Amino acid sequence: MTYLDHAATTPMLPEAVAAMTEALSTVGNASSLHSSGRRARRVVEESREVVAAAMGARPSEVIFTAGGTESDNLAVKGIFWARKRQDHARRRVLASAVEHHAVLDAVEWLADHAGAEVTWLEVDGQGRVLPDALRAAIDEAPDEIALVTVMWANNEVGTINPVPALAQMCAEYGIPLHTDAVQAVGAVGIDFAASGASALTLTGHKVGGPYGVGALLLGRDTPCVPLLHGGGQEREVRSGTLDVPSIHAFATAVRVTEAARETHVVTVAKLRDELVDAVLAEVPDAVLNGVPVGDPGRLPGNAHFTFPGCAGDSLLMLLDARGIECSTGSACTAGVAQPSHVLLAMGADPVSARGSLRFSLGHDSTSADVQALASQIGGVVARARQAGLAGMRKHVGKTPVPVADPPGADVRLSAEVASGGTEV
Amino acid sequence: MRVLAAMSGGVDSAVAAARAVDAGHEVVGVHLALSAKPGTLRTGSRGCCTVEDSHDARRAADILGIPFYVWDFAERFTEEVVETFVGEYAAGRTPNPCVTCNEKIKFEALLDKAMALDFDAVATGHYARLSIVDGEPQLRRSVDEGKDQSYVLASLTPEQLRHSLFPIGDSWKSDVRAEADERGLAVANKPDSHDICFIPDGDTKKFLESRLGESPGELVDADTGAVLGRHTGVHGFTVGQRKGLGIEAPAPDGRPRYVLSLEPVSGTVKVGSERDLGVRGIEADRPVWPGAPLAGLTECVVQVRAHGGLAPAVVSADGDRVTIDLREPLRGVAPGQVAVLYRPDAVAGDLVLGSAKIAATR
Repeated sequence: MTYLDHAATTPMLPEAVAAMTEALSTVGNASSLHSSGRRARRVVEESREVVAAAMGARPSEVIFTAGGTESDNLAVKGIFWARKRQDHARRRVLASAVEHHAVLDAVEWLADHAGAEVTWLEVDGQGRVLPDALRAAIDEAPDEIALVTVMWANNEVGTINPVPALAQMCAEYGIPLHTDAVQAVGAVGIDFAASGASALTLTGHKVGGPYGVGALLLGRDTPCVPLLHGGGQEREVRSGTLDVPSIHAFATAVRVTEAARETHVVTVAKLRDELVDAVLAEVPDAVLNGVPVGDPGRLPGNAHFTFPGCAGDSLLMLLDARGIECSTGSACTAGVAQPSHVLLAMGADPVSARGSLRFSLGHDSTSADVQALASQIGGVVARARQAGLAGMRKHVGKTPVPVADPPGADVRLSAEVASGGTEV
Repeated sequence: MRVLAAMSGGVDSAVAAARAVDAGHEVVGVHLALSAKPGTLRTGSRGCCTVEDSHDARRAADILGIPFYVWDFAERFTEEVVETFVGEYAAGRTPNPCVTCNEKIKFEALLDKAMALDFDAVATGHYARLSIVDGEPQLRRSVDEGKDQSYVLASLTPEQLRHSLFPIGDSWKSDVRAEADERGLAVANKPDSHDICFIPDGDTKKFLESRLGESPGELVDADTGAVLGRHTGVHGFTVGQRKGLGIEAPAPDGRPRYVLSLEPVSGTVKVGSERDLGVRGIEADRPVWPGAPLAGLTECVVQVRAHGGLAPAVVSADGDRVTIDLREPLRGVAPGQVAVLYRPDAVAGDLVLGSAKIAATR
């Protein structure tokens, strides 16, 4: 099996598995006052210090949550509510157009239910939020802004945003900036304090930790109304009994990942470059989306392509049948891949946006993975192109549409046919 | 063979997929997303396109251990099935959207895509028996005549049938449910789906009004020409309809009135007695023949709607035109529906000789 979907989730590190297993067999509620409770509490607080040290934050700024989606919701809604409560004029949210749905949908919920007004920050053709665009949006009415949210690195196309520059700009106006750094941790050096961000999301299962655990780094002076009320854990911002084994394993994964980051980034980027070269050699008209390889503005493990004339679901199925696992990278509705809002925001048309695939490499990826993909991608794309055209044929059993050879020859035709309203 | 199993989330297609696996085929399950805005949960027994149905199909595929995907045919379905349905009603005809869906979606768009992706056949949970004899497909009624769906499959071309599998056509519905239960498929007790999947509340008239608006016309007595009432659009009526005509005055003979014909241009709905509803002959077009076209006069049984509407007939075909003379009058024969011709066979199951779209009646 060739696993090229590390951006979706990456295998747990052995150190994290060991930490979790060890903690699972001990009893203790970290809020209890007896010795079992104190032992659990100690594990949690050590974990908090580990995460804080790795992320350049203070331990009191680490709020453990149930993962990225919760952290994003807590930051976006909690900071919005708190800032609006302080000053009713602050009801505007500035959010990049390429955010993950955990931010996107939370922002839209605020617009639908809490009187928020939203300004979507445009991105350039590579998926990057430009500081000038943010400045212009702030300048329209700085006093009316509740918060700004811009992801550190995009989960689909791997584009890294200049978060420190954006956060400094927000700081000039006293506006808090939240950043979803789920994809950035372990790939980009993050110093929360130096970045100037007020809140930062990270999650366990993208860094070799377990599912269902993550953290929100929340600046000490950043107001935030809780989503969850109860026992008052986590600075009274996030109630709920602490999941000691998961937190222990999560912190372990963050520590190991961060310690290995500099060498990992070099290794995985080299492998990624091989993958991009291999795909472009097999499918010369494939288009690499986002920032060019070699530019530090791209996540080292990300390769995201558009394959003209193909439907993403066909590509996915054909690769899956050949033991190669990847993703379209975009959200599904009832299992149906939607045209990616990220690619659309970058200026792609809906048809080519649906013909896209993300390959993402991680800590256990090897050259053999790249070779496996290289040996299959040409045939798979040719086959998917045929299927992309098939929807337009009026009867089965006619002469099959010849596979384009070289693939470039039929691309324009495929794209035009596909845009004529097929299942693409 | 490499077989693509179309899985609706219901019990029939789940068992069909299971049998295809048992037969030694390499099976991949696919759920068709047909609605652009699927509901989250099923409501009652209607519909087949909710997220919950997609989930049920996925669970069945998990249990069978086959890969499973959801393919988006919503745009194509809207275009080919929903729009055609609305257009046919607007033209005063009574379409069968399940026939259109089989013709254009399941056995055209889906089958085409499957073939292009290197599959050999599409398997579905339809109740009909299919065999290939001397290279020609033979489509017959299901063993379970109460569930038989050969009518909605009769418009498939020989080429489409050659790449189709109906693994449960030789089973009774009750046995299919029992088998699903034995196989541990959670859909074993799921209610049958009814009605039209894209009209989840079952109110066809309201759906058509929302699409076509009101185009008022008159209800006219077919014998006397007297105007008996007004209506908001011919699309609210089907030939043979008795209820909901909105005529206050009773017929002179005190018997119920029926819709006899629809005239979309003038908006006239002609009504009359049950006696006038009987049709003696049918002109049909766009025939599909599983084998050679019928030659000369052929004795057969004709079926004019999905359930019921059977009569012995003599049929002759001439190119695109099919003339059907009924041995006994049939009621409720609506232009737009399909006439399917069967050769009765009590042993092997009635054989489909051909089908054609009803254009006119006499």
